[in-house]
This record gives sequence, structure tokens and C-alpha cells, in this order.
Amino acid sequence: MSGLTAEIVAKYNYWLYVILMMVGLYAMIGKRNLVKKLLGMNIFQTAIILFYVSMGVKRDAGIPIVNKYEVLKNGIDAATVVNPLPHVLMLTAIVVSVSVTGVALAVMLRIYREYGTLEEDEILEKIGK
Amino acid sequence: MSTPTNLHLYILAAPLVTAFVLNLLGRISRAWVMPLTLGPLAFSTIGSIMLLGQVLSEGGFSYTVGNWKPPFGIELLVDPLSALMLVLISGVALTATVSALPWVEREHPGSEHLFFTLYLILIAGLMGLVLTADAFNLYVLLEITSITSYGLIAMGKGRAPLASFNYIIMGSIGACFYLLGVGYLYILTGSLNMADIAAIVKTLPQSAALATAFAFAMVGLWVKMALFPLHGWLPNAYSLAPTGAGLLFAPLMTKVTIYLMIRVILNLFTPEYVFFSHPLVQSGVVWAAAIGIVCASSLALAQRDLRRMLTYILIAEVGYMVGGFWLANAQGMTGAILHIFNDAVMTLCLFLAAAAIASRTGSLSFENLRGLYKTMPVTMAAFTLGAFSIIGVPPTCGFFSKWYLLQGAVQAEQWGFLAALLFSSLVNAIMLFRIFELAYFSDDHGDHHAGDHSHHAPAVQEAPLPMLAPLVLTAAALLVIGLGTGPLVQVIRQVLPQFF
Repeated sequence: MSGLTAEIVAKYNYWLYVILMMVGLYAMIGKRNLVKKLLGMNIFQTAIILFYVSMGVKRDAGIPIVNKYEVLKNGIDAATVVNPLPHVLMLTAIVVSVSVTGVALAVMLRIYREYGTLEEDEILEKIGK
Repeated sequence: MSTPTNLHLYILAAPLVTAFVLNLLGRISRAWVMPLTLGPLAFSTIGSIMLLGQVLSEGGFSYTVGNWKPPFGIELLVDPLSALMLVLISGVALTATVSALPWVEREHPGSEHLFFTLYLILIAGLMGLVLTADAFNLYVLLEITSITSYGLIAMGKGRAPLASFNYIIMGSIGACFYLLGVGYLYILTGSLNMADIAAIVKTLPQSAALATAFAFAMVGLWVKMALFPLHGWLPNAYSLAPTGAGLLFAPLMTKVTIYLMIRVILNLFTPEYVFFSHPLVQSGVVWAAAIGIVCASSLALAQRDLRRMLTYILIAEVGYMVGGFWLANAQGMTGAILHIFNDAVMTLCLFLAAAAIASRTGSLSFENLRGLYKTMPVTMAAFTLGAFSIIGVPPTCGFFSKWYLLQGAVQAEQWGFLAALLFSSLVNAIMLFRIFELAYFSDDHGDHHAGDHSHHAPAVQEAPLPMLAPLVLTAAALLVIGLGTGPLVQVIRQVLPQFF
């Protein structure tokens, strides 16, 4: 048991992302309200962003802003700065996630104008009529 | 390796840049819409044919955007397969657009420029997907194509926004899974460049992390390509989308995603790892594809609307290509890649025919198809040709790729997949002959016996020329590609790894 606890504590960032991701996935698939589905999608995407951000972190490393001339002259120990690449990737992923959310909200607006509700059951009922 | 030129960038940039120009100028006058959509697509088509000629004679090349050297910068790969895909995308898009223009004018009067802005960005995104050799860049382009298609589908009438919303949810899950796969790969290799990753993956020991990365990336792409049973979003989204958008989605979206799966297997994870380190997974995927083909074909049989039926045939065809590629032998892989091209052209033919029919009858439910051979002979002749190709009747191109797939199945001793292919051909034949019968024979028998003077053939009422011309051209292309299978296969063989 202590082995498992140690495992979870050592890799808590990955466990957190898995839990968040499952919360999001459940909301996307299990919930019947379209807004909740969209929120689930946002949680899902945020979980992945956290996963990426946490993988760049190193123990006792600083922010990757360094003096260019000093680095060109003396070089740099990679262990002293966190890996900025995953963080930069996530800027793009955030842009993508914002755009998808925007499109989804606009689509939802059209659905609401058409059916007057955002509950999936009620919409399907109105379609069935 | 030939010297890189910038041609492929111009091919990609033409629709992307004009999309924004069109958005601005289209507000001033609608007269800009037609030249600004057909112009860049015609440019891209000619450019990609030239690029293909160059690649075939001098070999492919890799291109570093902004001169940032790989593996740090984003690399574009122009090899015979991606050049062929560029020709396919631009050619199909150009043909579909000719027919889409009058449809958009009819269905979205006043917002044609908005429709075609999204439409052109979508095409640019597809071209980018085909060219990119960077795993993360692939995700971004995948989302560009998806977001534009969400918007286009939501422009449809009635239930279309709801279908679009479901597609948004499913599409996001797919893209996020792919992104997760890339994340695990990045942890393992520290790189995002496909060639670089592939070189590192070869040296890695078998690990759960690598398998996880691969599983996430594959499932993500399978959701995006609507492989059965992950297909739930596709029938509604594609059949409720505006007709003009459906003409572009149906032939290209699933096919480009299958191309991505092939790229991810060949150039990212390497076929040695994918096919030969887990033989059980390999044959499992082929079985899943076989079951998918059978189920999707059966579902298609239950549809009472032509366009909906075609969307289920589309899902069955996805199973052909995924299963065929996972057969992991030269015949099956050649068949799968060949089928990408053939299926794109024959789906385009059938959807163009459906659009042409709908322009006269209004609806595509089966009872409206009666007597069409008399009123729309040219349209129905082209439809028949497309249907023969789907069934796999020689000398249409559908026969040749199916032949390769069958040979591959026999060689790999995958009898389930073989049976599924034959079953699906049979079901396709039943479905499409039912439509032939409706359109040919069921011509108001009652009037016939009453001795009505309207017994004489009703006036021919063909679809307008902008819808008819691309249809006839595509139907002719089915035969041309069928007869040109030999050279096409030779090009495809160049891409497959040596040991196949």
C-alpha cells in the first residue's frame, strides 16, 4: 500500500491530470445539458494543458530567461532552467481551445434560437414532434 | 532529393490568403465570390500537378519553413505521396466548388462570402495536413480543418446546428487524444519532428509509455475519420450540412485523416513497431475494421434517403482503408492508399449526382427518385458509373483498389476481412440496384395502363450546367483513374518501406 502511495505522491501531477480529464470526459458524454458538455470539454482540454506544462518542469530549475551573451560565451547547464517548449506549445493549444469554445457557443446560440432550450432531451423531443 | 522550391507553399497559400481577401471584397460585391474561389483553387490544381511532375522526375524534398533547421523548426515534407494528395485535394476541391457555388447562392443568399471564407480555409488546412512533417503542427492543422467544418455544418438548416455541436464534442475528444499521444511521445523522445522521432523510436525499448502514446494518437485519428464504432457524429453532420459543404467534406475529410494515419504509422512510429511488435493488435484492428464494414453496410441498407445512405457507405469505406492498411503487407497497403484516391473520386461523383438530383426534386428520399432515368438521363448515367465503382465493377477505379485489398487479405490470411469486403460489395450492389430500379422502372405504372397521353416520356429536365459539368467530368475521371491504375500503383510503391 505504501508503494502505491509513494507512486501517487511522486507523480501527483499526472494523477491530477488523469482525474481532471476523466471529470471532463464524463461531463462531455454523461451530461444532457449542452452547456455542461461544453464545460466538460474545457475541463478536458485544461487537463491536457496541465499535463504538458507539468512535463517541462525540473526540480530546482529557474525560468528560462537567460543572458544571451553569457550563454553564448559560457554555455548553459540545461538542468538549471525548465523546458519552455511544452509551455509554448500550450499557448497554441489554448488558442485552439478558445476558438473551439467560441464556435461551440455560437452554434449553441443557433440551437437555442431554433428550439428555445439547451437540454438535449427537450431538443430531441421537439425534433421528434 | 531534388532542390526545394517554394511551389508547395504557393499552392497552400493561394486558398488561405484569398479566403481573407474574399471575406473583405465579398462584403462590397457578391460578384467577387466566384473568381476568388475558383481562381486560387485552379491555381493550386495547376501548381500541384506541376509539383507532382517535379517530384516524380527529380524526387521529393523536405522544406524548412523560415529556414529553421529540423528538428527545431517546422519541416514540410514533399514526397510522391504528399504531392499526389495535393493534386487530389486541389482537384476534388475545384470540381466540387463549381457545383457548390450555385448551391450556396441558393441556400445562403447574402452570406456566400462568409461560407467560402470558411471553405477556403478548410481546403488550405487539408493541404497543410498533407504536407506537414511535424507532429504538433499536425494537431494544429487538424483543428483548423475541424473548426472550419464545424462552422460550415452549423450553417445548414434545421437540426444541423445540433449535429455540428455533437461533432464539436467528438472532434475535440479526437484531437485531444492525438495531442495526448504527442505529449507522451515528447516525454519519450524530446522531439516533435516526425523524422527525428521515428529515428529515436527505433532505439527505444518496448515500453508501456510508447504503447500509450501510439494508442492515444491512433484512437484520436480514428474518431476524426469516423471508423466504426466511433462514427456516431458523421451521418448527421454530413447529411445535414449545407449541400455545398457536403460536397467538399464527403470526398476529402475522412480520406485526408486516413492519409494522416498512414503518415503516423510510416513516418512517426515506424511500421516495424506498429505492425510487428504487437501482432495481436495488428490483427485485432483488421478484425475491428471488418466488423465496422459489415455494421456500416448493414446500417446503410436501412436508410431511406439517398444522402444518408451515402454517408453510411462512406463509413464502410473508412473500414476498407484502415483494415487494408493494417493488413501490413504490400498488397493491402497499396490497396488502401490507392483506395484513398479512388474513394475520394467516387464519393465526389455520387455526392455531385445526389446534389444534381436534389436540385430538381428538392428531396433525396427514395420515393422522389422515381423515373429519374427519363427526366435526368445524364445525371443518372454518371450516378450509375459512380455506383458501379463503389460496388467494384471493372473497369471503374473502385474495382482495382478492391482487388488489391482482397489480394492483401488473402496473403495475410485475414478471412474475416475478406468476407467483410465481399459482404459489403454485395450489400452495395443490392442498395444501389434498388435505386436503379426505382429510378428506371417505377415510372407510374398506373398512368401507363390508363392510356394517358402523358405516357410519352416526360420532358428531360437536367440539372443546371454548373452542377452537371463537374459531375460528368468526375464520372469520366473514374474510368481514367481505373485505366491508369498501373502508373498510380508504381508511385504508391515508392512510398512504402523497402521491406514490404
